[in-house]
Amino acid sequence: MADFDIPAYRTIKIIPKPVEGTMAHVKPYFAKPEHQEALGFPGEKPENWKQIAIDKLGEIVKKYKSVALFMDICVKCGSCTDKCHYYIGTSDAKNMPVARQDLLRKVYRRYFTFAGKYFPWLVGAVDLTEEIIDEWYVYYHQCSQCRRCSVFCPYGIDTAEISMAAREILDAIGIGQKYCNEILGKAQKIGNNLGLPGPALENTLEGLEEDIEDETGVVVKMPLDVKGADILLVTPSADFFAEPHIDGLIGYAKVFHAAGASWTMSTYASEAGNFGMFIGNYANTQKLTMRIRKAALDLGVKRLVFGECGHAWRVAYSFMNTMAGPFDFLDPKYPVPEHICEYTNNLIEAGKLNLDPSLNDDMVLTFHDSCNIARGSRMGKKAGGQFEIPRAVIKAVCNNYVDMPHDTIKEVTFCCGGGGGLLTDDIMEVRVKGALPRMEALDEVTREHGVTHMAAICAICKSQFTKVIPYYGFSMDQIVSIHQLVSNAIILDGQQTESTTEPDKKSAD
Amino acid sequence: MAIEVNGTSYETDEEGYLTDLSQWNKDIANKMAEAEDAELTSNHWEVISFLREYYEEYQIAPAVRVLTKAIGKKLGKDKGNSKYLYELFPYGPAKQACKYAGLPKPTGCV
Repeated sequence: MADFDIPAYRTIKIIPKPVEGTMAHVKPYFAKPEHQEALGFPGEKPENWKQIAIDKLGEIVKKYKSVALFMDICVKCGSCTDKCHYYIGTSDAKNMPVARQDLLRKVYRRYFTFAGKYFPWLVGAVDLTEEIIDEWYVYYHQCSQCRRCSVFCPYGIDTAEISMAAREILDAIGIGQKYCNEILGKAQKIGNNLGLPGPALENTLEGLEEDIEDETGVVVKMPLDVKGADILLVTPSADFFAEPHIDGLIGYAKVFHAAGASWTMSTYASEAGNFGMFIGNYANTQKLTMRIRKAALDLGVKRLVFGECGHAWRVAYSFMNTMAGPFDFLDPKYPVPEHICEYTNNLIEAGKLNLDPSLNDDMVLTFHDSCNIARGSRMGKKAGGQFEIPRAVIKAVCNNYVDMPHDTIKEVTFCCGGGGGLLTDDIMEVRVKGALPRMEALDEVTREHGVTHMAAICAICKSQFTKVIPYYGFSMDQIVSIHQLVSNAIILDGQQTESTTEPDKKSAD
Repeated sequence: MAIEVNGTSYETDEEGYLTDLSQWNKDIANKMAEAEDAELTSNHWEVISFLREYYEEYQIAPAVRVLTKAIGKKLGKDKGNSKYLYELFPYGPAKQACKYAGLPKPTGCV
């Protein structure tokens, strides 16, 4: 199945012994010159690349005080060493968060600190060379920017930000990653990461409307580009394409229908995900965020709701207001942005949805907290809402729910292994090995509590898991969208219930 | 990168997807399948030709759901599901079948 060894579950969760270079051979494909240039980066490595890279690093530490602080403040306490899923899965010494940070830190020291300029040998400062650039490319693409290590760092050093800075420097010297940069170009040109043009989106949505009607007997609309609608739903384009994402999209539509909401999606902003963040590039992140603002203004909506997408939610919740705000043209009664789980949960709490959780009785659920939602944002009015609201929705629509072990969920959740721009087949070894801690946790609740399905609220998590869990003996249909569970349990007005109570069929599809 | 078929060389990207989809022919698909130890049956060809038709019209590969529905109509309801498509294309209907059909690889969070 794979041309590398699948890591074995650890019986006792001990720290693996570090080994040098076990993953040095894995690096993603380089972006082509046209992908680079479309984003405002050089197509190829310029002759004076070294100076450009050093200048870029200087610009970054000046612009982002956080990065400068992270470069200076590490005391090598070792707390982060065993917290990274990629280190746990690969044992590669450079996948320890502190070692990953040091790849940039040693160059920073050489050019930006007194000691490093004059006594580099004393402080581990080194000159920037081709070899270092290569190391950056390899190991900053074995970081999913999930921020788990930062939770355990006594100084709060955020490796995600360091990894974003490193990728930003690489892009500035013409070294981009194909997966991220090709996708960013498509999103800016066509409106979504898939490159799904308007007519194809329309055709897909029409097909889904037919499916819902066939299944329930109720006409549920999937409106697109409707001017004057109250709500604009912005969702990852994977929701229009992949499984089980599309079942989640059906769930959103049923919830909006049941609430009697006036809503729409937008062709222009048919993507919630924002890969600009993965490459640490402000201008590109902002460009995509502005598309959402423009769509909201053009359509004249009053509310902005986001579908199930991890880093979209981080960008929307944490950066959108300063990048593309103010959003004072929206109805101030509602939060900006609003998460679809929050939207659904409010309806559940108000008793406005007719739900029959027994329709999900063929499953025992657990929930995978997505890193960008868990550690990069919040949800709802209360602290910890990003943990409680998705669980509240699942529990309202499923009778059987079990959490995974406490040290693998909520603020210390493990990444799925495919986040941060690593969801690409050319680095499958990184993805499979990085999934190890989550697979161990899933295995534990499977054995001890008979868990059959794991729900997720991020397009990347869903795609990554459906792809990698078969390596660990699970099957791809064990991954479900939260709104797929809602879709299974919701009973719409006028729904023909007899013919639709076949949860087996739904989950197997 | 390139793929040699009947003495002609066709350019592909790093992952083996045809660079110029207008160059596609059935022999290329067979050759790609052969390299992955797969043999294309008439059911595979149904999927491939649907993908090409859809792409022609919409400039993108169809969603998995659209594909399963179309295949269900053509080959019978029991085959209109992603499980069957994965049996035909174990590396994923979207990615492997698109490759054989000469279409670009679907990108994004998929």
